[in-house]
Amino acid sequence: MSELTTVLINTVSVLVGLCIAVGAMLVFASKVFKVETNPLVDEVASLLPGANCGGCGFAGCASCAEAIVLKGAPINSCPVGGYDVAKQIGAVMGQEISESEKAFPFVRCQGGQAHCTTLYDYHGVESCKAALMLCDSTKGCTYGCIGLGTCVKACQFDALSMGEDGFPVVNKNLCTSCGNCIAACPNGILTFARNSEKVHVLCRSHDKGKDVKAVCEVGCIGCKKCEKACPVEAIKVTDFLAEIDQEKCTACGTCVEICPQKSIELR
Amino acid sequence: MADASLFAIFMDGVFLKNFLVVQFLGLCSFVGVTKDVKSATGMSGAVVFVIAMSAIASYVLYTFILVPLKLEYLNTIAFIIVIAALVQLVEFILHRHVPALYRSLGIYLPLISTNCAVLGAVLINVLNEYDFLQSVTFGIAAGVGYTVAMLIMASIRERSNVLYVPKAVGRGVTYAFFIALIMSMSFANYFKVIPL
Repeated sequence: MSELTTVLINTVSVLVGLCIAVGAMLVFASKVFKVETNPLVDEVASLLPGANCGGCGFAGCASCAEAIVLKGAPINSCPVGGYDVAKQIGAVMGQEISESEKAFPFVRCQGGQAHCTTLYDYHGVESCKAALMLCDSTKGCTYGCIGLGTCVKACQFDALSMGEDGFPVVNKNLCTSCGNCIAACPNGILTFARNSEKVHVLCRSHDKGKDVKAVCEVGCIGCKKCEKACPVEAIKVTDFLAEIDQEKCTACGTCVEICPQKSIELR
Repeated sequence: MADASLFAIFMDGVFLKNFLVVQFLGLCSFVGVTKDVKSATGMSGAVVFVIAMSAIASYVLYTFILVPLKLEYLNTIAFIIVIAALVQLVEFILHRHVPALYRSLGIYLPLISTNCAVLGAVLINVLNEYDFLQSVTFGIAAGVGYTVAMLIMASIRERSNVLYVPKAVGRGVTYAFFIALIMSMSFANYFKVIPL
């Protein structure tokens, strides 16, 4: 037998032998140190989507299943699985589920390139956070959408894309309401909104009206016209920004018509 | 090799060649698991156990199997297999006996298997041609050194949570790297002037 063959045989046999020995030891150890887990946890975990996106607020799908079974977390904890998964988990856990209305992220800013002044051309890392660290914002308005797509990158489900005016666009068919984009946005532009909530203020600026007008054509200036016009007192202007109480709002559209800045939207 | 007495090797491993702050091995757990002293202690315990056991196992493997068969060049891959298996073993034991610690360590526990401090320790053993006792001593010393650095780091980070930290220094990981830098300088300089 040539020397090379011997070396080859030795190498292979040593490595294979080592792996078999180690494997045998681990199999033995797994028997000795077996941990009794609740079979329900495994069953629930197998029903969850397994995306480990963290949208439920737990570390991953396994800990979500554990929380549902052992700590009494609601069976519709998983926002990605939605109604179907909650129903299956309910069948396992012996609980009934009523369908809750899904909420989608939506953009609370409309001062894109067309409406808001740009301070400087940003050529850097394509991330809103990076741009924010460099300076307060690339836009004149420090509250507005920077438009570098950090939320788009944060979405694991391809539900967000960059629109024409530099705003993220939500594809509701793909969106799972996991909330990753909302957490990723450094300016807090995105919030959850239910489909039944029709009227929204498309601005987040707490600046005074004069300062808003200087940088943005469509920002809320806190003029309180909507607050006075609303027949059901659903609008309140605090810190120069109108906010809508969705419980009271009847979607009559009065505020949308009266707003001089067109920063309230009825959809 | 200047001095090969067990004491010198031990001090060497803990201070002069401290794996974290002098040789910069195994840094991911150094930053990741030092947010509080409790999990840093648990992680250090696990690492001490894994390094000591892998020093023993790798010595046996190297001396009695690889050297006689002239397969010394297989040391890296063989050691990795041994270390990975040991980490898995530690994971089983912790899951069974200390489930709270198992959960708080989370992803960092399986990461010990890719923790280069462990592989570094056993490779240095081979490189320095240590005998069995020296290997085990150096292994334990590496683990103790890791523990010392982890505990100092965790203590500083835990206390500085309530301190005012200048904005220029930053918070979180940035701040942790600052601490690591200062610790590293003090270790590298302070212990070099003491003739151990």
